[in-house]
Amino acid sequence: MLLNGIQIDDTFAEAFNMRGTRVIITAQNHKWAYHAANAMTGFATSVIGCGVEAGIEREMTAEETPDGRPGVSILMFAMGSKVLMQQLETRMGQCILTCPTAAAFSGIKSEDMISLGKHLRYFGDGFQTSKLIDGKRYWRIPVMDGEFLTEETTGMVRAIGGGNFLILATSQPAALAAAETAIEAMKLLPNVIMPFPGGVVRSGSKVGSKYKTMFASTNDAFCPTLKGVTNSELSPEIESVMEIVIDGLTFDDIALSMKAGIEAICALGSSSGVKRISAGNYGGKLGPHLFKLHDILKGAAI
Amino acid sequence: MSALTLTLKIVPQQNINCDVLTPDNLAGKTAAEIGSIKLTAGTHALLAADIFDISGNDAQQLCFKNATAKLDYIGASMTSGSITIEGNAGAHLGSGMKNGSIHCKGNTAAFAASGMRGGLLTIDGNTGDFLGAGSEGSRKGMLGGTVIVKGNAGDRVGDQMRRGLILIEGNAGNYCGSRMIAGTIGVLGELGAYTAFNMHRGTLLLKKQPQLHVTMQDCGTHTLPFLNLLFKSFSKYNTRFSALNSLRVQRFVGDTAYSGNGELLILST
Repeated sequence: MLLNGIQIDDTFAEAFNMRGTRVIITAQNHKWAYHAANAMTGFATSVIGCGVEAGIEREMTAEETPDGRPGVSILMFAMGSKVLMQQLETRMGQCILTCPTAAAFSGIKSEDMISLGKHLRYFGDGFQTSKLIDGKRYWRIPVMDGEFLTEETTGMVRAIGGGNFLILATSQPAALAAAETAIEAMKLLPNVIMPFPGGVVRSGSKVGSKYKTMFASTNDAFCPTLKGVTNSELSPEIESVMEIVIDGLTFDDIALSMKAGIEAICALGSSSGVKRISAGNYGGKLGPHLFKLHDILKGAAI
Repeated sequence: MSALTLTLKIVPQQNINCDVLTPDNLAGKTAAEIGSIKLTAGTHALLAADIFDISGNDAQQLCFKNATAKLDYIGASMTSGSITIEGNAGAHLGSGMKNGSIHCKGNTAAFAASGMRGGLLTIDGNTGDFLGAGSEGSRKGMLGGTVIVKGNAGDRVGDQMRRGLILIEGNAGNYCGSRMIAGTIGVLGELGAYTAFNMHRGTLLLKKQPQLHVTMQDCGTHTLPFLNLLFKSFSKYNTRFSALNSLRVQRFVGDTAYSGNGELLILST
């Protein structure tokens, strides 16, 4: 399949089930809301080493947030509910409780409610106050800048992680510029995050390794400097590959996001240096959700 | 279908217990069946048909007309529907109410909303003592729901209140919030003596600072973000409280004689 001169491989991205949640962070202004949200979603690129994958979903106006202050919504994903709960509490305690003027609210409803500030309240050492407002319980914890306000729980939902596509280009700058273009388009869509730095990952991995202690290692088939010594997927003109990984609340959210990203890249044309779009799959070893690039671009999978 | 209307046709000599006359209990009953319900009046029983003219058939919209303070326990333990009282109501209006709404267009006697658990109770006039408090012998007051009083309230508002919201647009008497365990009481008018006496937790949101006893401690003036959430929750009610928007309050904490962590928030003008 060719789209504006760029080849779309007949392949699929392979994604797996995750547990996800959304938290709304508000503060005195967007600057401090971002400070809090950036801290909370920091070191959260991959479940392989961080426990969770998290990112900022979007900015919210004061009219949209529960407490009428500027805010941002963040999404957080983990492989299981236990890890998600543990990571959420830890990050709330170290990143939101500590951040001047920040407050945290549930951003998603679910039958499964998990602790947001439920246990943080003990930081109040007996001076904490609970308020039940419109059926939702909030905690007010006295802190040195005034009061830290947090909702007691947030919803935990079934979600999908690991949607992805690969950008194959004739140079590193070209691959990165195309990835940035895709990220800008994908950021406009709700219910998804691209958890890696700037939304882009350069160290795509394969399952397994020659070393016994490693369960993932470099995706040598897509490493341009190994074209001659490995079973490469790359043609001679490809000099750099970037990957965009997407975690989302539903299959359709991820599919729409991949479509938006790939179409934004293809709009640049092959003169941008991008020659191919592919996807990372592991032959069915990793997960049950298959995002077929051709189907997604035709709109069939959405 | 028209609202089921019970019009008081006698001048009761003794208080009548109306606790069975709720939308839940009257649903599906004919006028004759409703008329044959026995109501306790003092030491003896009267038939509902001897007390009320009964008309209409929609028990989900129950209406008491010509009502007086002799009608006790209206809407007690109700779980659905609405009750409108054209006139006054007696004691224990909405006592133990779980859901639905009651609108009293006149005044009520004592113990309105005592032990209330949910729903909305609106009183256009004044109400007596022990609004939202526990009933006699009960160790906990109101456990949930919302009460709006357009007029004044008597003494001991929210005594041992555990949860819920009471909004009084007029004045409140002595011992407002006494022994309060949790919940929120708002008063726009004046308060009597001993406000928050033995208060444990909870919030009193006041427009005017009452004379406080020495065990209520001034914690200074602050801007509290949680008030935004509280004020937003007021906006769905027809009350003057929905016009509040200042997050700036003077905070008193107590009752320290009781190691209390309750708060009085005096709204800045």
